[in-house]
Amino acid sequence: MSTPFYVSPQQAMADRAEYARKGIARGRSLVVLQFADGIVFVGENPSRALHKFSEIYDRIGFAAAGKYNEYENLRIGGVRYADLRGYTYDRDDVTARGLANVYAQTLGTIFSSAAEKPYEVELVVAEVGETPEGDQIYRLPHDGSIVDEHGSVAVGGNAEQISSYLDQRHQEGMTLAEALKLAVQALSRDTNGSEREIPAERLEVAVLDRTRPQKRKFKRISGGQLSRLLDADAAGGDAEGASEDDAE
Amino acid sequence: MEANTRSTGRLPAAFLTPGSSSFMDFLSEHQPEILPGNRQLPPTQGVIEAPHGTTIVAATFPGGVVLAGDRRATMGNVIAQRDIEKVFPADEYSAVGIAGTAGLAVEMVKLFQLELEHFEKVEGAQLSLEGKANRLSTMIRSNLGMAMQGLAVVPLFAGYDVDRGRGRIFSYDVTGGRSEEHNYAATGSGSIFARGAMKKLFRDDLSEAEATTLVVQALYDAADDDSATGGPDVARRIYPIITVITDDGFRRLTETEASEIARSILERRLEQPDGPRAALL
Repeated sequence: MSTPFYVSPQQAMADRAEYARKGIARGRSLVVLQFADGIVFVGENPSRALHKFSEIYDRIGFAAAGKYNEYENLRIGGVRYADLRGYTYDRDDVTARGLANVYAQTLGTIFSSAAEKPYEVELVVAEVGETPEGDQIYRLPHDGSIVDEHGSVAVGGNAEQISSYLDQRHQEGMTLAEALKLAVQALSRDTNGSEREIPAERLEVAVLDRTRPQKRKFKRISGGQLSRLLDADAAGGDAEGASEDDAE
Repeated sequence: MEANTRSTGRLPAAFLTPGSSSFMDFLSEHQPEILPGNRQLPPTQGVIEAPHGTTIVAATFPGGVVLAGDRRATMGNVIAQRDIEKVFPADEYSAVGIAGTAGLAVEMVKLFQLELEHFEKVEGAQLSLEGKANRLSTMIRSNLGMAMQGLAVVPLFAGYDVDRGRGRIFSYDVTGGRSEEHNYAATGSGSIFARGAMKKLFRDDLSEAEATTLVVQALYDAADDDSATGGPDVARRIYPIITVITDDGFRRLTETEASEIARSILERRLEQPDGPRAALL
């Protein structure tokens, strides 16, 4: 007669968290930053078709690191949630806070249910406001907790190191080019501290731009526009130098 | 239903089930009762009285298409509303104008807009113009039950076909039958008069400005002979809604632009009440 194998709840949760974190760490990190006119999403993504960032609703964007099929599933769930809510009530009743809550509940239930394997994803839900003060950025780790972020946030394997780099350098009211350059610098730093070059064609960039006249503020930046923005920085040297050059 | 979107709980299983990119398909599985086509009507006698919208016209020009509508809604012989909007953007490159039961039509447009947007967000690509036109067909067909009771919706769909580089117009019948129209089209009670006007005035080489004038001339003629179609209301500053779709996307003319076109036509009609004359031969 064998005795049932006992695992303490603490141990079970720690194992699950460990499992999810390892899965997320295999993917590349991405960053989400506030700039003067909105919120910019920057990540390294060799694929042109499989996106890490996407539009959820008028002012709401979505970013995810980790396992593609799992966050894609959550993304579509979010689009369905937002569209249904906007259809039953009004477009203004769809908010990032509501969406983040639903995601947190979903991730939390999956994480603590013994029947399911935890999702290896970390999400960011961002909503651009009428003014920078109205911007909302929520980070949702794999366990269903929810963190209200300001200024800048990084998710993925190398997130802690990138976050601290961004925290030191991110300022309010940066231009899009400045924010983009800072993001690329942060992403270029490896875990061992060395820097590597990320070519423009491996970057995925999207913005929620509050100055867009359309109701839908999400916009991808690629090709010519992306290289122009990156070049605008390169000409000016470091970030401070660039802003001085622009002022001339 | 145990789970719904009103609670802030976990996303219901239906939301996370891989499936179609269509919002309507999602609704019909998850909450079929809120789809307009699934509504059960009690048996009624005679026609249900509800405000009706009337004339919508469209015309192509090299580089795009113009879609315009008058502003009157009628209920029997009463003018129900003087400034109703019957022309809406469907997405960046297309627009839809609706004649028929106003309440249902506005709801159908809302669902159609959402259907296109939902597909675009889920797939990361836009539907082809043909695909959009077919989707609208399906929606009208689902309304057939109500159409049989007098609550018909007959839209006119126009868009810029990015792949082919030109404006295209699709018209529908109550059963959802779809047909592509060449050069110009009209729907609603005043459409016969509008079509007659466009037939005489249309040319292949119209400029955008001429095309917008053409559709307003046609609406004027429709209002002239059809009591359910409203002409430009100068006293109340209510002018037709005129939209232009080109390579640059959808644009609705401002009130000032619309009033300029309407006023210049009105001025000419004071001298020549029947409007411009086409050559006899």
